[in-house]
Amino acid sequence: MTYIDAFRDKRLGKELARLIELKATRPMTLMEVCGTHTMAIARHGIKGLLPPNIKIVSGPGCPVCVTPQSLIDSFIELGKQSGMILATFGDMMRVPGSWSSLELERASGLDVRVVYSPLDSVKIARENPEKKVVFFGIGFETTAPAVALAVLEARSMGLDNFFILSAHKLIPPALEFLASDSETNIEGFLCPGHVSTIIGSLAYSRITSDYGIPCVIAGFEPLDILQGILMLVSQVEEGRAEIETQYSRAVSQTGNLEALSCLNSVFQVTDAEWRGLGVIPQSGLEFKSEFSKFDASRLVPERSFESRRNVQCACGRILKGLLSPTDCPVFGSECTPARPLGPCMVSSEGACSAEYRYGRLRGGSGDVDILW
Amino acid sequence: MCIALPMRVEVIDGNMASVEHGGMSWWVRIDFLPDVRVGDYVLVHAGIAIERVRPECAEDTISTIRSLTDDIH
Repeated sequence: MTYIDAFRDKRLGKELARLIELKATRPMTLMEVCGTHTMAIARHGIKGLLPPNIKIVSGPGCPVCVTPQSLIDSFIELGKQSGMILATFGDMMRVPGSWSSLELERASGLDVRVVYSPLDSVKIARENPEKKVVFFGIGFETTAPAVALAVLEARSMGLDNFFILSAHKLIPPALEFLASDSETNIEGFLCPGHVSTIIGSLAYSRITSDYGIPCVIAGFEPLDILQGILMLVSQVEEGRAEIETQYSRAVSQTGNLEALSCLNSVFQVTDAEWRGLGVIPQSGLEFKSEFSKFDASRLVPERSFESRRNVQCACGRILKGLLSPTDCPVFGSECTPARPLGPCMVSSEGACSAEYRYGRLRGGSGDVDILW
Repeated sequence: MCIALPMRVEVIDGNMASVEHGGMSWWVRIDFLPDVRVGDYVLVHAGIAIERVRPECAEDTISTIRSLTDDIH
């Protein structure tokens, strides 16, 4: 009933790849913008199935990877205040800030709790009224409504010890940023399926109309991704730039209006810094004034330090699709999943981590779950 | 991080639903899907059902892929 086996059919997958090969008459670069796509493409060995003239690059689709070091530093500084509990998704634990990570700080005594849902951190706040609980609000439009719901929940419970450090990011402004960058040469975006369940397909209309770049919203099974790539290649070859939805079983034109209403009741759009890319206008979320009591950024102490970044790391150019992970001078040598220098290596959904783990098709040593 | 798994709704109780996947059940919030029914499949992300999965669209997609690939034989 969930159709997982149907969307992993080997024969159909190979035939879709053959159709892509027949359709593509010239080289083209397509970008996927979702960490779950990055992982699925690597795990299922999809790049190895494609013709050599189709280049798939990973954009800034991993929210962990694009969270600025300065915010991780701030979150750690918050945790050092007395009576503080930090709550976070597990993905953030190993991400290096300027000097440390949440994992290292927890080993040194910071009270850091890994939660599955933002609502779990509300429960922690209710059970620990003498403490302050700060949840690290990372994630794109898929996750931000859940965080907004947690804020509404905390308000209805009358909690005054629950806070969010908002690092939320929005996908369409990031695509516009990439589309308007003269260095990039992206001819099609494979758009994120679950972000799109929330925001709807029409959210990409400026990418197609103003920048002339085709957008296809795809699901996460091998046939979803291969069909999505075929739809993009067809648009490029036919000179079209349209929004098409391959993942029609979960994505509508207007998205989930209940989730969007919840999100927009708590947060408003603001400029935001993306690690490796810089500040992108109108690409983040901040608290509306009526919810400012939940804003943890007002608890962050005055900075006595400057955040810093590793200058050898090429994550910024990798996130724009200008370099492949293997082009980075420290990939696989000084920068590995065990000792990551940059965010694309530390998150399992990062382009470098996926390449390191699953790169066997191009001479790596990973364990690719090849279906073909 | 935006991973969301399709799960079957078994029980609804207010703004919560018990959902099943792979023989295991969890309670999740359904605030964003007020019209969800027992038997529906929903995508669950971070403990919250974010969208209903439409089986008829899944079947249409598979049919489209089959008809596309039929053309190369």
